[in-house]
Amino acid sequence: MLSCTPIRAGFLALALALLALLALFGASPARAADDDSVRATLAQLHDADFDGKTELIEKLVTLDHPRIATILKALSDSRLYYQEEGDRVVIGLGDDADIAIEDAVSGAALGQVNKRDLDRITANNRLRSLIEDRLASLGLTSTDPQQRKAAVEAFLRNPDPAGAERLRVRLVVETDSEIKDLLTMALALADLASDDAAVRAKAATALGGRLQPELRGPLARMAAEDSDPTAREAARIALARTEFRLQMLGWAETLFFGLSLGSVLILAAIGLAVTFGVMGVINMAHGELMMLGAYTTWLVQQWLPVNWSLPVAVPLAFLVAALVGIAIERGIIRFLYGRPLETLLATFGVSLILQQAVRSIFSPLNRSVSTPDWMSGTILLGPLEVTLNRLVILGFCIAVFTVLWLALQRTRLGLEVRAVAQNRAMARAMGVRSARVDALTFGLGSGIAGVAGVALSQLTNVGPNLGQSYIVDSFMVVVFGGVGNLWGTLVAGLSLGVANKLLEPWSGAVLAKILVLVFLILFIQKRPRGLFPQRGRAAEV
Amino acid sequence: MPLPRWLLSDRAGLVLLAVLVIIGVGVPILNLLVPPDNPLHLTAYTVTLIGKYLCYALLAVAVDLVWGYMGILSLGHAAFFALGGYCFGMYLMRQIGTRGVYGDPVLPDFMVFLNWKELPWYWHGFDMFWFAALMVLVVPGLLAFVFGWFAFRSRVSGVYLSIITQALTYALMLAFFRNEMGFGGNNGLTDFKDVLGFPLHADGTRIVLFVLSALALAGGYLACRWLVSTRLGRVLVAIRDSEDRARFLGYRVERVKALVFTISAMLAGLAGALYVPQVGIINPGEFAPLNSIEAVIWVAVGGRGTLVGAVVGAVLVNYAKSWLTGALPEVWLFALGGLFVAVTLLLPYGLIGLLRRRETAT
Repeated sequence: MLSCTPIRAGFLALALALLALLALFGASPARAADDDSVRATLAQLHDADFDGKTELIEKLVTLDHPRIATILKALSDSRLYYQEEGDRVVIGLGDDADIAIEDAVSGAALGQVNKRDLDRITANNRLRSLIEDRLASLGLTSTDPQQRKAAVEAFLRNPDPAGAERLRVRLVVETDSEIKDLLTMALALADLASDDAAVRAKAATALGGRLQPELRGPLARMAAEDSDPTAREAARIALARTEFRLQMLGWAETLFFGLSLGSVLILAAIGLAVTFGVMGVINMAHGELMMLGAYTTWLVQQWLPVNWSLPVAVPLAFLVAALVGIAIERGIIRFLYGRPLETLLATFGVSLILQQAVRSIFSPLNRSVSTPDWMSGTILLGPLEVTLNRLVILGFCIAVFTVLWLALQRTRLGLEVRAVAQNRAMARAMGVRSARVDALTFGLGSGIAGVAGVALSQLTNVGPNLGQSYIVDSFMVVVFGGVGNLWGTLVAGLSLGVANKLLEPWSGAVLAKILVLVFLILFIQKRPRGLFPQRGRAAEV
Repeated sequence: MPLPRWLLSDRAGLVLLAVLVIIGVGVPILNLLVPPDNPLHLTAYTVTLIGKYLCYALLAVAVDLVWGYMGILSLGHAAFFALGGYCFGMYLMRQIGTRGVYGDPVLPDFMVFLNWKELPWYWHGFDMFWFAALMVLVVPGLLAFVFGWFAFRSRVSGVYLSIITQALTYALMLAFFRNEMGFGGNNGLTDFKDVLGFPLHADGTRIVLFVLSALALAGGYLACRWLVSTRLGRVLVAIRDSEDRARFLGYRVERVKALVFTISAMLAGLAGALYVPQVGIINPGEFAPLNSIEAVIWVAVGGRGTLVGAVVGAVLVNYAKSWLTGALPEVWLFALGGLFVAVTLLLPYGLIGLLRRRETAT
């Protein structure tokens, strides 16, 4: 609330009244008004008769103030009151004898008062229709593009000839290209009702391919019932174009969901592509390493603000999972090299122990991991609305893949890993400490599982069973892509994700998953070494 | 009657059979003839529990046949077990008749609940005992044959086979969870009343089922023991030790594998069919990958490739499970996980291997 001396207030009011007067005669375009000029106009409203009110309303709409629409709406709904105590105009909320009021101009809540202490500012139907009309154009001439847009959209929902005239006027002066486009469309919609068949046909053609749901009803009616065959045909073509674009959009959406699912699958499988693909070790505890990553995220969020937690959680989860992985390798797996089935059983035992450990330490209930602000909500990719967290995870997946690929191709360790994978004896002869490489490779694969867990914590429930639900899927991805081939894993993950989402609308989610599994089982029969078979230690497993 | 040589030379097997005879006779006596206040009396609960162990033991024997003798680590044998169980469960459902909650003479309760109007085609015939009993063997056997035939023909082996068997049971689990499948969805089949006209909850029926389980285990054991002692059995071991060599010697490896895999699946199905009337429920949880892997660990604990070890392992591990999940539920998964690790690292030949080594040492 502004606090100022009476003299200054009076001066201001005078100045603003002058300004408002100028505006009224159209000498200058609408200009942002401050609270006091609105207050000054409102003050006269109480004593004015209906003709005076009409004038005042016309004056109010020329004042460009964010509360004007609210005030006029309240007047139209008979919720605008004059309060003697304080000499101000307020808006009442509610219908009881005691109602909450707010200041008409600032919107500040003024507490509860008895209705008897308020003096209602009355309106008649003539005023109401005037207000409705002015409100519509008010939005259209607002300096705020959002409000202008809302006004046009309101017209789209409920087109009327008077509104169309206003739009035509606005279109001439409009500068914002998006709103200009919207205006053109709205006018075309209005033209659909024109008496001239040529105008109708032209308007229909202009509307073709636009996705706004409001357009489809009139177009469909026109395609079916229009008296003029050319116009009918134009409407039909326009509808077909819209249908086509909608379909494309649907496909794009499915594709995105598929890629998103694929990115999750890849994240889950890529660590496995290292331990199983490169080393030939079956690690059934892989899912539990992801679970550890997810729990690390939760722990980090306990002492860091949510928005900062993920960048911290990623390296930490990598470290935790990698250390546990190295412990598993040194403690168990190294005694079982060359006995893959035993490795499978032993690591399965580890997975049970890890699950129960988490259950005992953190409770068997799911933990809620929060999503940072910068990952929540949706974003528009062209006409496609996508959820931000899925987009981030898709990008994260690509980043993890790139880093891993670079690590394997460009670093000393990567070179040694590949050397040991191709020919252990020869690598040892060349001075590679294969035992150390084994441990580090396994740590790398496990660490990536931990990092994947951070991403998963943003998508699913974090609980002791988190890993279990991914283990079958991730093995399938690795085997489908071809053991020992990172690119294969990438292609396999993405294509399985997309295939799953393509099947879903037709068959339902569970059946889609079953069908994909069955397909994979059949595929492995046909090509046991996957899409992109590769030689390596794994080839002899 | 003189015993055949293959049985005579199998001392551990004879001990097992003797034990089975003893409990097959002893348990009914202790349950039915010894009065309840006598400390030697066995409650119906204990009888059912031992019957359950016997079914698990039969499943373990089936797993050992393929893993111990043929080198196929199946992570999906619980699927065959569950399929056998479902087949027999369908028979038991049809026997409920009008005694269900909705009293429909043909449709099981869950179908009435789902507003189904008639029985799906694959439920037909399951009101006849002989048909259901046949299906208990045919359904798992057929699935195993088709699955095995394709997998072995394209030479999917080792961990790849393990992973796709796991995918198989996982896919089946997801499928059976669906209400549209017509197998009761999440709840599975339950609320059974009687079998062949005998009420399931009566002591006599329980004892008969128990004795049947013991007989099935003994029969399954003998069949497997006989199988592995034949020429076919030696081919099996040859395949396990070197598949390529067996192939180059002229054996049709994929046929042998498919045949034995099918037999093993049928045994697992039989075990499931005996299991269901004793526990009184079958639901999709039985397809869970964990169940299959647990069955593998029973065999590993007892000693793979011994058949007797499978029985010993199944009974011991399950006894430990019953005891631990009751007394210290937190510890059970730690114990099971530790068992996996310890057995693979320290006891590659299982408990039976430990005994044998001691025997040869002395």
